[in-house]
Amino acid sequence: MKLETRQVTKRYGSFTALNGASFQTGADARVVALLGPSGGGKSTLLRVLGGLLLPESGEVCVDDNPLPKEPEAALLALRRNGFVFQGYNLFPHLSALQNIVLPLRVVHGLDEHEANARAIELLTRLGLAEHRNKRPAELSGGQQQRAAIARALAPKPSLLLLDEPTSALDPVMTGEVLDVVRELAESGQQIVLATHEISFARRVADWVVFLAQGRVVESCPVEQFFEQPQSALAREYLQGLSRYR
Amino acid sequence: MPVSSSVTRLLWSFVLFLGVSFGVYAMFAQVHYAWNWSPALVYGPQLAVGWLTTLGLSLGAMVVSILVGFTLMIGRRSPWVPVQLFCTGAVEILRGSPLLVQLLVGYYIVATALRIGEPLLVGMVLLGCFEGAYLAEIFRGAVESIGASQREAARAVGFDATQTYRYVIIPQAIRRALPGTTGQMVSLIKDSSLLSIIGIEELVKKVESMNSASYTALEGYLPLALAYLIVTLPLSWYARQLERRFAYET
Repeated sequence: MKLETRQVTKRYGSFTALNGASFQTGADARVVALLGPSGGGKSTLLRVLGGLLLPESGEVCVDDNPLPKEPEAALLALRRNGFVFQGYNLFPHLSALQNIVLPLRVVHGLDEHEANARAIELLTRLGLAEHRNKRPAELSGGQQQRAAIARALAPKPSLLLLDEPTSALDPVMTGEVLDVVRELAESGQQIVLATHEISFARRVADWVVFLAQGRVVESCPVEQFFEQPQSALAREYLQGLSRYR
Repeated sequence: MPVSSSVTRLLWSFVLFLGVSFGVYAMFAQVHYAWNWSPALVYGPQLAVGWLTTLGLSLGAMVVSILVGFTLMIGRRSPWVPVQLFCTGAVEILRGSPLLVQLLVGYYIVATALRIGEPLLVGMVLLGCFEGAYLAEIFRGAVESIGASQREAARAVGFDATQTYRYVIIPQAIRRALPGTTGQMVSLIKDSSLLSIIGIEELVKKVESMNSASYTALEGYLPLALAYLIVTLPLSWYARQLERRFAYET
């Protein structure tokens, strides 16, 4: 997969989250890590890449195809992707199973039987089979995040986008979730991952996009980023993060 | 609830009931009210008809008010400016002006101009619109309390705007709107008494007829209060059951 943005700008009110962000990955990037300091634009870039947010200006291309800008076409494009958020964002009034089944049925047109079968298969794979009838509040953070991953994977997305999926979790739960992400990456799933877990990114990603202050500072293969970061910003960031680990 | 705590509650209810009853009795004894219950018995069947009219009327007006409330709430959130302004204006005027005036204008001017001569139907709609304006704000508060992250999650799984409302926002908003809605329904039942001014023979009207014909007062009004409580208390109880059914941790 090849991801590319050209001069993408996205504002929230007077705050400019992305300020002319441009990058392009190699043609065979499969797991792209978005790294950089908080407030640098990772989450916004991830949403723009997945079609969840439409930028005010600029172009986003996936495999050289520009993402549509009209709302209806954008929604159709968005439905090919799966999203996982920092705060899980499961629907609190639905059980883990219903959280997965509902979109499969009403968005992707599966019948009840198919949708249930696929949801149960995924929940089993992610170790949540026995918790399938629990509501999110009855699950631990790690379980909620795995349920959220199952929901995102259920429609077989071409691209799975994870926005700091472990930032709200303790180290044990972080491990549970990262194991799942690693297995997905190894099984060939195309992934975009915004994260602060740099050692995980180094192990699993094959391309790094480094952002700061709404701009892409570096975009390069993972080894190059960690071994010879080109910018002073990236060197500072890496030193800061590796100080205690 | 553990047994001991429900027993405690029961005991306290009993003590409070006794205390209040004694207070009320003492005050009545103080003013030497001369009771005359015989007209109440004579007028009993009439009062029953009035009670049923109040019930039917209120039930119809509840349905209208929920439809009106929902429509006005959606309208106020509409991206289309004229719709937004119209619905905001409707809410403010309906809530801000007396129901009495709305009934008089609505029945004697609007309904007459439209040649609708059915007071019961007109009353139901007018009362429904008045209470609907309050419901619109209760509903809007509930809908707007569903956070941006839920809306984003709804879009992320591919829901369009209608699906987001239907599957994500409304099911969660219902729970938050329930307590306020119940209160409004109780108000609606009591406000239905004003419909006597457009000639509807509901419960209050019947009681007033009885009182003026037989020189009674509290013999009519006390059963009136009881008749309303017979409806409003179970309504509140049922609403609490509903709240429990919709309860889930967030």
